[in-house]
Amino acid sequence: MAPIRIGISAVVAVYVTLCAAGSASAQAQPPSSPPVQTPVPTPTPTPTPTPTPTPAPPDPVTPQGTPAPAGASKVFNPDISVNGNFIAAAGRNPFATLAPFQLSEVEAAFQAVVDPYAKADFFLSVSKDGIEVEEGFITFTSLPGKFQAKVGKLRANFGKMNTQHTHALPSVDRPLVTENLVGGDEGISDAGFSVSRIFDIPYLFVELTGEMFTGDSAVFQSDHRAQLSYVARARAYRDLTESSNIDIGTSAAFGTANVDVPQPLLSSSGSPTIQATGLDKRLLGVDATFRYRPLRRAIYRRLNIRSEFVWSRQAMLDAPAQEAFGAYVSGEYQFARRWYAGGRLDHSGRVTDGTAIDNGGSAFLTFWPTEFSQVRGQYRHIRFAGGERADEFLVQFNFSIGAHGAHVF
Amino acid sequence: MRLSTRLFILTALVSAALARPMAFAPLEVVATTEDLAALTREIGGDKVKVTGLAKGYQDPHNVDPKPSFIIAVSRADILIAVGRELEIGWLPPLITQSRNAKIQPGSKGYLDASLTVKILEIPTGQITRAMGDVHPSGNPHYWLDPGNGRLIAQAIQQKLTELDAADKAYFAQRYADFDKRLAAGEKRWDAMMAPYKGTKVVTYHRSWPNFMERFGLDVMGYVEPKPGIPPSPSHTIELIAAMKAQGVKLVVMESYFDAKTPEKIALEAGGKVVTLAPSVGGEKAATDYIQLFEFNVTTMAAALKQATGK
Repeated sequence: MAPIRIGISAVVAVYVTLCAAGSASAQAQPPSSPPVQTPVPTPTPTPTPTPTPTPAPPDPVTPQGTPAPAGASKVFNPDISVNGNFIAAAGRNPFATLAPFQLSEVEAAFQAVVDPYAKADFFLSVSKDGIEVEEGFITFTSLPGKFQAKVGKLRANFGKMNTQHTHALPSVDRPLVTENLVGGDEGISDAGFSVSRIFDIPYLFVELTGEMFTGDSAVFQSDHRAQLSYVARARAYRDLTESSNIDIGTSAAFGTANVDVPQPLLSSSGSPTIQATGLDKRLLGVDATFRYRPLRRAIYRRLNIRSEFVWSRQAMLDAPAQEAFGAYVSGEYQFARRWYAGGRLDHSGRVTDGTAIDNGGSAFLTFWPTEFSQVRGQYRHIRFAGGERADEFLVQFNFSIGAHGAHVF
Repeated sequence: MRLSTRLFILTALVSAALARPMAFAPLEVVATTEDLAALTREIGGDKVKVTGLAKGYQDPHNVDPKPSFIIAVSRADILIAVGRELEIGWLPPLITQSRNAKIQPGSKGYLDASLTVKILEIPTGQITRAMGDVHPSGNPHYWLDPGNGRLIAQAIQQKLTELDAADKAYFAQRYADFDKRLAAGEKRWDAMMAPYKGTKVVTYHRSWPNFMERFGLDVMGYVEPKPGIPPSPSHTIELIAAMKAQGVKLVVMESYFDAKTPEKIALEAGGKVVTLAPSVGGEKAATDYIQLFEFNVTTMAAALKQATGK
């Protein structure tokens, strides 16, 4: 396979673009004064007789009701939150990876504005495998031309599931197609950069994203600087009514991957497999989401229906490339202020064997006492390609402390 | 006429045609709620194009940060927020994804409307999530005091003037007119509510401290046991007992909450539920900021008259 040679020139081109854009932005938007709470001078009200006196103008130094500023070191501290994800599993799964009880992940998030031009997000994931930077990136928020850039380690903008952190999923697990073809929990999470632009088309939101990564994720692996991986995504969104909307996207990713190749018995290496490196890999995805949330009853009712289709093509060593297809359709319905019910149907081939098809289905029920904790039960049935079956019951306790994060949309 | 001269004239004409609407283009203002949008329309008149994000009949704490909102924020010259963490769950991603340098917090086009108003219920001492969904920097429902509405309007006038100095006199005149109408409204509303000063009421959520304080009513309890926590049976029983003991007859709620529990509480306590508009557009009659109070005060006074016999 021919290595991808455009990496260095692309990196240089994007670096120059970012520098130029940052410079233009700096000129267009001079650094404003620090965001201190400056009281607005009160214009003289019209002298109209009133039964009660017009409230006195705010104190010129400390606005009325404004808490006294804390020490500077605290003011500039990032928003910090910690999320714990505890999972209990029961039942039968011949390929079980879940222990009966496990604190599967603790995620610490640190988020703050860097300067007038950027903000930064860090997500550290702690699991039994150790501590890992799940994401850590800077977002340039003030680029001209409705561009936005992210630089650092980030989850690639491929489909809907890959960008979601585990604790934000609507179910305990990820769909089979995500597990089989898009790297599961780890997904395409890699060091690189992302550039996106939104387009202001009447009645339609369009966003195009292009990303470049080093090739060190669960999906793409590279041993050479010239062999980078690339992700592109186009997303279109439209409000159907004030309470319903539809969101459609298509994603593509390509790069190289390492593949374990079984060795004939009695091979000279003595190992049952060898690893073939630098094999071309391509992914193509299509996703659609329909949301319904009646505004007058928004805290009691909500419906999300989502489907994703993913095609994978993996080059093999001394063998034809393997093509695999997977998809899921899922739905969640909020039927009371703190209760959600949902289900998902799964179908997926495997990266190195597209003819090995796994099928499954799940039903889940979530109790959401507050925005900061939730308890979820899920029944999961999987029929693996080899005929094995899994029937499991999963229980998840998800809890957060610290700063209030934004809702996932 | 030579071709180059013709092209020059054509280019100049096209440029002039394109430049004209730009010169007179109204300021694009995005307000996170319909209350702030209504106040901006009062001051900005036809010099501004205003978009409100959260509707008056939806819970402003729970709004989806939809991409259609990203587009609106991306176009904005000014973004006006309620602040005090009311929009903490949905505004930050909209601002980040808007790619609009003009309205980033700290920029000239960003206005936190809470900075010059009277804020109630600022927690003192240690606060924890055990207290429910508390707002660490005070109750964000401050627009429900017409006095605060005046202060917000002043801040908006200041901000519009800062970005469009040429229309300073226009904004000042609009403010003066609004102030006059608001003062006249306050006179009417105070007269209507005067007989009921000191009357105790129950509210569903802590949305009404500014309104109740402004009109001299006393909130003795809440349907929610803690902010953002749905009513529980034990709390409901305690609340009914307290209402009976203190002779409280009115339960005030917003239309976006389920009326079942408040109605049960009111029935048990021998009172009734009053549904007020928490924001402009929250009820059909609340078409602008002054009509919001016209509706709420008229509705409240009628309910108080029935409950107290005054």
